[in-house]
Amino acid sequence: MTSLTIDNVSLSFGGVRAVQNLSFDVKAGEVFAIIGPNGAGKTSVFNIITRVFAPSSGRILVDGQDITAVSRHRIVGYGIARTFQNIELFEGATVLENLMLGRHRFAHAGFVHELLGSRKTRRFAAEARAKVEDVIELLELAPHRNSPVAGLPYGVRKVVELARALTTEPKLLLLDEPASGLNPEETHDLAFWIDDIRSDLGITVLMVEHDMSLVSEVADRVLCMNQGQQLALGTATHVQSDPAVVAAYLGT
Amino acid sequence: MRFHYDTSYLDQSRLLRYPRDKLLYGALFGVLALIPFLLPRYYVGEITYLFILSIASLGLMVLTGFTGQVSLGHAAFVAIGAYAHTYLLTLGVPFAVSAFGACSLAALIGFCIGLPAIRVSGLYLAMVTLAFSIVVEHVLGRWTSVTGGYSGLTVPSPVIFGVNLGGLVPFYFLCLTFLAVTVLLLHNLLSDRTGRAFIGVRDSEAAASGLGIWTAGYKVLAFVVSAFVMGLAGVLMAHKVQYLTPEGFGLIQSMEFVLMVVIGGLGSLRGAIFGAVLIGLLPTAISKLKPMLPSVVSGQFGLETFLFGLILALFVLFEPGGINARWIKLKALLQTFPLYRKDTYKRGRTYMKSERYR
Repeated sequence: MTSLTIDNVSLSFGGVRAVQNLSFDVKAGEVFAIIGPNGAGKTSVFNIITRVFAPSSGRILVDGQDITAVSRHRIVGYGIARTFQNIELFEGATVLENLMLGRHRFAHAGFVHELLGSRKTRRFAAEARAKVEDVIELLELAPHRNSPVAGLPYGVRKVVELARALTTEPKLLLLDEPASGLNPEETHDLAFWIDDIRSDLGITVLMVEHDMSLVSEVADRVLCMNQGQQLALGTATHVQSDPAVVAAYLGT
Repeated sequence: MRFHYDTSYLDQSRLLRYPRDKLLYGALFGVLALIPFLLPRYYVGEITYLFILSIASLGLMVLTGFTGQVSLGHAAFVAIGAYAHTYLLTLGVPFAVSAFGACSLAALIGFCIGLPAIRVSGLYLAMVTLAFSIVVEHVLGRWTSVTGGYSGLTVPSPVIFGVNLGGLVPFYFLCLTFLAVTVLLLHNLLSDRTGRAFIGVRDSEAAASGLGIWTAGYKVLAFVVSAFVMGLAGVLMAHKVQYLTPEGFGLIQSMEFVLMVVIGGLGSLRGAIFGAVLIGLLPTAISKLKPMLPSVVSGQFGLETFLFGLILALFVLFEPGGINARWIKLKALLQTFPLYRKDTYKRGRTYMKSERYR
């Protein structure tokens, strides 16, 4: 379980202020949703947390550790995994290879062992595969295990991306619009999975989502952003009835 | 039809998984072992040359096929391997040490060329490598005390543990051994963690770094491994041509390597070898065909270059996956015979590639 603290974070690209003095906490074991109109800065928050962008000011803390200056590929070592709004899978690889890549950060035999295909390498490969199979079972991906990603339907690709994030054994999972493009049935499955991920695997979930039915079903708390700023924070029903939120969505 | 029945997690990565594979590869090696005793000397030499080209093609495949970095100057690494090896041999260094030293030097220079690759990619990286290749060619031409300049450099025979392997047949087997070892080691490397990381860097840097892959490091590593293998090809090439001149490692040679990996099929070691064999045989095939063609055609200057271009264009248009993709389809056709559908390998459209950031 992990807790995330966003402490007075701002991000600007020249004159464009994508995020302005944003502060919020995600408690351990919580499902926290960020909503807001297009261009509100939701994905920018994700990109700040995963160090794609360095914030102009402010700090990001995970379990009390400051990760504001950690390099991008080390973020996963703090137990943070993410999915992308526009699916970022490894198109030229199979589902299995995609998931095995999620095991990259764990112990390995080393370059020379790999080159020689030593017994040690094979042991590590089998261990990684066993962990990957657990995730395949959880998300019911077995029929697609050896399919190339490039040929899969959209809904399955979304699940594969979620699975890949899970194979890194995260403590905090960032889901960027997990339900976009899914049909109601798939969204319903997703709601169950998110609940399982939180309660069975003990993973804190932070998600950006537009589908309010999903948000109100799974999220404990909701943050509404507009123009890089916090508009409202609270339970789904509380945020939805906030006059400022209604104004932001419908216009004034 | 073949159904995969795995009894262990490692089954899929086993090298010769089915009895048929063992049989076919055994037969292949049997044929390759008999060739020098059955075919005329000219063809033995040609096939030796194909082995060397295959090693070079594998070297570039690691870089272009697996990490998606294009290099238009890879012949320069072959040149570095060839010249360094020859220089060390003339100093009296034993073959094994000299070969390893030459490959390591190529790898070291590969490391230096890999550094800009962290920042630039695509067309710009192609420009960097192109410039590098031109620089190397000029250095080789001017640094006469080491390279003999444009007048050339004679290569001593390969002597390993006191045995001269410079003869046609021994050298054939030397090259075959090096090729087999290269394929085996690269297969191990690329089917495991490092290879997957390479593919990760190629297909989505954003996702790769999110999974903890140090993209910059792997890009440079790919250059190092690739340059080392190119260096090995250079070592063997030196003994094959026996006389080195800088012109032998120019832009045309680099282009041929690129053609090999593209036509062979990016992202597969088998493809690299297919490509090398096709491109390597083409000049011979053209010269055999020439007498049959009307003199208006055969007399034309640049017929080879034209055919190279034509074949590349046709492959890019009709089979972007290269010979390897064709091979896989053919295999599927044979395995599933009456049930094969023409559209099995037709891919759906790719979704939402627009807003990629890196």
